[in-house]
Amino acid sequence: MTNLEKYTNAFVEALNVKASEVEDLAYQSISEWDSVGHMALMATLEEVFDIMLDTEDVLAFSSFKKGKEILTKYNVKF
Amino acid sequence: MVTYGELHSAKQRLIANIRERCLVFSLCTNSVGSVVGYAGFITNNIVPLLLNSNIDYESLQNLISVYKPSYLWLPDCLVEKFTKFECVYGEFNYTLLRTNFKDGYKLFDELALLMATSGSTGSPKLVRQSHKNIEANAKSIVKYLGLDNAERPITTLPMSYSYGLSIINSHLLAGATILLTNKSFFEKEFWSFFKEHQATSFGGVPYTYEILDKLRFYRMELTSLKTMTQAGGRLSAKLHEKIAKYAKENDKNFIVMYGQTEATARMSYLPREKSLEKIGSIGIAIPGGKFSLIHEDYQIMEPNIAGELVYEGPNVALGYASCGEDLVKGDEFRGRLLTGDMAKKDEDGYYYIVGRKKRFLKIFGTRIDLDKSEEIIRVQFNDLDCACSGIDDKMYIFITNEALRHQVIKFISDKTGLNQIAFNVKTIKEVPRNDSGKILYHKLTKYWISRA
Repeated sequence: MTNLEKYTNAFVEALNVKASEVEDLAYQSISEWDSVGHMALMATLEEVFDIMLDTEDVLAFSSFKKGKEILTKYNVKF
Repeated sequence: MVTYGELHSAKQRLIANIRERCLVFSLCTNSVGSVVGYAGFITNNIVPLLLNSNIDYESLQNLISVYKPSYLWLPDCLVEKFTKFECVYGEFNYTLLRTNFKDGYKLFDELALLMATSGSTGSPKLVRQSHKNIEANAKSIVKYLGLDNAERPITTLPMSYSYGLSIINSHLLAGATILLTNKSFFEKEFWSFFKEHQATSFGGVPYTYEILDKLRFYRMELTSLKTMTQAGGRLSAKLHEKIAKYAKENDKNFIVMYGQTEATARMSYLPREKSLEKIGSIGIAIPGGKFSLIHEDYQIMEPNIAGELVYEGPNVALGYASCGEDLVKGDEFRGRLLTGDMAKKDEDGYYYIVGRKKRFLKIFGTRIDLDKSEEIIRVQFNDLDCACSGIDDKMYIFITNEALRHQVIKFISDKTGLNQIAFNVKTIKEVPRNDSGKILYHKLTKYWISRA
């Protein structure tokens, strides 16, 4: 699986959405991406990419697009 | 920022539009408008039913038709859903709507406030509280937490939830500064607000502390923070210890508590100095309250024997209401509450919850009735049998029709207002029942027992 596929899958699993819907997702843009969903998403991404996200990054992770930028800091290339 | 003087004037302006004692539905947010409404209503003999502003429309309509409130007080953005009601007043982004019900239900003289018992599985069951209840609980909280007007709590829980409301009540009584925000811990704005206004305390349910743990908040510089309280379910022993240690090492207070809407809010607390020694304990009864343990008709006096936890105190609510006619009922509980929780006490007189008598779960702090959940799922979906069980923060829904899995999750998530992650649906061939048709829940526990 490519990193992009792994990343997309994390959203699909944690937020119960379809892969085709992830591109424009943002925190609180859908009911599933509330605090609880955010927790689940962060946990899934950490597991999938074997990383530990900094608090600042967890707080800044506001959308699917922004998330990609953040993950590059952890050597995840898309 | 709103001073107490301004709050008083704002209340008067709002109340001038309501001519007499009546029932108002107040859709709450952690905002000035919401607090002005709540404080205005209860200090002017008007009875509010506090609901979360994110309540689903159908449940709200159901409550309106059951209780026939004379007014609604709600955020401006929700007004468009009620075209039949008249706009009478507005301030702080909140609007007062007059409904079109001709006669309201009669209200018991001492009735001050109505609260929902659980996170709306659409149930119209409410708890009736008196002025005496609210005042007694607030006074007790001020006493055991040592609150004064230098406190600056920041809101982290809904105002329509008895725990969240008790934070507001107790701090209003102490004349403290309440930092109102609807932001969550995951938003930068929450922390900048926190630091800018030097918050001194906050409360949280177990899930709140899971989030804080994930955010590694122990590493944050929160010099103004003095006190953290926890209620709404039991924290895992590991997390309790972690937070208690953090508090001890940083000269902060961590206070675990226990309560129910049926007791206004709080019944017990674990004193800060015991937070590391008595992990898992709910502590001792609050000032003015008393605990006892019963088994059938007799009282258990010995330590380490479990029984049903009974609480006595001036904060025990009047009773429930399931329909409009119930609003005229008087004091049914008479200061004594059978909590429905099984507990024991240790040799030092500290209490520990060991189980639940009733079938409900606490999910992210919200009480969800399992029987009611089963009922609404069965009514909604004809082609399946269903059983609901599980543990706090995770409901297991057993269904007999795999094809309906996604619809069931979406349905129950929408109805309860809880994230889908709270629900785990398992398809089984048939729901285990005994000869009289009762569901044998103990046969289903194997699905999660390894995870607990």
